[in-house]
Amino acid sequence: MPDRDDAEKDPRRKEAHMAPEEITLQALREARITPEDVTIRRRTLEFQAERAAAEGYPQLARNFRRAAELTAVPGDALLVLYEKLRPKRSTHGELLALSQEIIARYDAPETGAYIREAAEAYLRKGLLRMD
Amino acid sequence: MERSKRFEVRSRRPVNLDTFVAEDPDLGLVAMDSPNDPVPSLTLVRGRIVEMDGCDEADFDTIDRYIATHAIDRAMAEEAMATPSLDLARRLVDITTPRIELVRLLSGCTPAKLCQIMSHLNVVEMMMAMQKMRARRTPGNQAHVTNWRENPVLMAADAAEAALRGFDELETTCRVARMAPFNALALLIGSQTGRGGVLTQCAVEEALNLRLGLKGLTTYAETLSVYGTDDSLRDGDDTPWSKGLLASAYASRGIKIRFTSGTGSETLMGYEEGKSMLYLEARCLMLAKGAGAQGVQNGAISCVALTGALPQGVRAILAENLIAAALGLEVASGNDAMSSHSDMRKTAKLMLQFLPGTDFVTSGYSSMPRRDNMFGGGNFDAEDLDDWMAIQRDMRVNAGIFPITEDQAIAVRRLAGKAMQAVFAALGFPAIGDGEIEAAALAYHSDDMPERDLVADIAAAQAFLDGPLTALDVANALDAAGFVDIAANVLAMQRVRVVGDYLQPAAVLDADFVAKSAFSDWNDYLGPGTGYRVEGEAWARLSAIPQQRTAAAMVPLTSGNAGVRLVPRGTATEGNDPTEVVLGLGPAFADGLDRTLCGLTHGEALAAIGEGVAAQGLPLRVVRIHDTADCGLIGWQAARLAGSGIGIGLQSKGTTVITRKGLAPLNNLELFSQAPLLSREAYVQIGANAASHALGRPPMPVPVRVDNMSRLRLIVHAMLMHKREIAAVDASAAAEDLEVLPHA
Repeated sequence: MPDRDDAEKDPRRKEAHMAPEEITLQALREARITPEDVTIRRRTLEFQAERAAAEGYPQLARNFRRAAELTAVPGDALLVLYEKLRPKRSTHGELLALSQEIIARYDAPETGAYIREAAEAYLRKGLLRMD
Repeated sequence: MERSKRFEVRSRRPVNLDTFVAEDPDLGLVAMDSPNDPVPSLTLVRGRIVEMDGCDEADFDTIDRYIATHAIDRAMAEEAMATPSLDLARRLVDITTPRIELVRLLSGCTPAKLCQIMSHLNVVEMMMAMQKMRARRTPGNQAHVTNWRENPVLMAADAAEAALRGFDELETTCRVARMAPFNALALLIGSQTGRGGVLTQCAVEEALNLRLGLKGLTTYAETLSVYGTDDSLRDGDDTPWSKGLLASAYASRGIKIRFTSGTGSETLMGYEEGKSMLYLEARCLMLAKGAGAQGVQNGAISCVALTGALPQGVRAILAENLIAAALGLEVASGNDAMSSHSDMRKTAKLMLQFLPGTDFVTSGYSSMPRRDNMFGGGNFDAEDLDDWMAIQRDMRVNAGIFPITEDQAIAVRRLAGKAMQAVFAALGFPAIGDGEIEAAALAYHSDDMPERDLVADIAAAQAFLDGPLTALDVANALDAAGFVDIAANVLAMQRVRVVGDYLQPAAVLDADFVAKSAFSDWNDYLGPGTGYRVEGEAWARLSAIPQQRTAAAMVPLTSGNAGVRLVPRGTATEGNDPTEVVLGLGPAFADGLDRTLCGLTHGEALAAIGEGVAAQGLPLRVVRIHDTADCGLIGWQAARLAGSGIGIGLQSKGTTVITRKGLAPLNNLELFSQAPLLSREAYVQIGANAASHALGRPPMPVPVRVDNMSRLRLIVHAMLMHKREIAAVDASAAAEDLEVLPHA
């Protein structure tokens, strides 16, 4: 069981640092690979973002930068985030608060800005939840 | 009503089961160039888009706003919009303008501008452009792998065969949502049995999709559908921002995504606003690009029959593929949903993507028979594979599927079944029996599979999803059971996630798990001699379809079973008997070759002619002609030797002529040039007719079968037999009398 207090202090998703070349059948047999070792990492996505920008794919680069930020967000919270951006799920205030929270909690400024931008667009186009 | 019998026959042809509807822009029934489509325009004020395609910023709908904010490259916009669309259309086709230059320039275009460019291109020009604009240099293909009984063993076997056939991606879905974990698992094990590095997905709703990815069971998703009007997008319960966030969410878990869109969907949903299907699709594509999707599957997809019902609908479908490629997006170019009742029409449409090559020529080739296709039936399925192979070989085109032999298919299917059995046993899932493995190895479809306890499978699948087991445990189980190669491949599919290269545009993994993408395998097409060429190993594999036989195998050397023995009895001289008919045989007759093209042994053909001549009461002399293989000349020489002046020429392949002394060598009395259409009865009548000519009686019609396909079927055999006959020619040898003896 994970320590509940710890989880509340740092809700971010953990990532491991095993190098790709260390991920071998031998290591698997020795039970040295955990599921976290084979998840994508923030740094990987930041690198892919740099590569995409250099190749002339700015939108893809921005997507990868948001993805890099989202690596820290646990799975359930990630789905909640998506749900809140769907039509008429959130009020303007809720989206702005969400934007702040994402930035503060997960060090995710680009995702936060993206949510804020959505809040403005939703306000103009009637995509907000009306209480 | 007056009826023409020909119209009546045509009315029953498959194409007339298709629906054809007249354009009606106000109902959204217009593929391209609706009168309601906006005229391209763009106004920038200090780098801000304040007007686009005739719409002021204040009136932007959400898609306009998203496109203006995220998709259009404002630094390129001025130049792109100022360049006449005709010029841009020409540059798309022009072999001196590289792809990347166009991607950069066209990123400054509005949706209406992109459509206007397409309007200048005919389909051949679009294919030229597609060949250049495809993101990945090497074309590829994706397969659908499903079965209606959701049998995991069959699914793994089908996945293994599809992977061995060269598909870069495999997609499954499920009938019962709770089977998704097992379907994804079967696809993973099967694919990695067939070929390491094949990407897999299980099309289910987003939350489940992400969970499957997190378990390491899947590597990509293309369930992110977008539509080109606000109302239709809202019907899909999304906004551009929510879809964009979802794209990032998938990437944050290392899952490759592509968006799904396509002409016709907005019209089908009733929210097309009178715009052309292509214009709305251009908006979808710019939305996808703006969201940072690396690619799309488009090409009308499940609405193909609607777009295809319209004038130039199929052209519009190619145009939408091309717009996507021109925007730098990977394209999985449709051809998956049923597009026509007519095989001719279906194939013609396919060629638009098949010939230029796209990143995935189909966004799901049905690798199983139609009834097992849980995507609503495939446009091309397991039964069409050999046709696909033949067309690739005909055209020297790689459309992403490679031929394999029956033995290879059975072996890889069996191996996948055994791997599944080992994993199910190790992880405590419902057991897989040997009988299931054997059934899956040889199955036509899921009716051939023994019944499984679906309830137990579903319970185990759900427990697998909810429990701690991941693809690492799968690799472990495979390794422990001795399936070391498959284990290594499953593990490598986990390792590549740490590197993330397969998230790059148009990325697929090769057998060494190296990503081939628009970055590492960029399309450098610049006309003849450049770009992807079908060479080396790929061509060797594509050309060597299993049906191909060697000349030696098609026309074997003599088996010594000609059904007759012909013994030389000295040089033939001109006969004195005025009733004598002479039969001249080709140089290889019963001496190197054994049978005629209609299947008679040489002995049988000879006996039949003899029977016919004898029936008229005349004697027959048989001679061998050595110095020519030509049927006319063989007959001409026989006639010259015949006391009656009537000769028959008979080539080894069975071609026969009746001629008379004094006629020019290429003239004759009767010629039977279609050897495959002859028969024993025909040869009897030929003998009888030759005798009748000698007796001055009128000949009777020779019964010849009508078979328009015989030339098609036998032309290679005929050519090879004739080659053999020519090889047996001895130009210096005179004709010889033969004694005809029964076969020893």
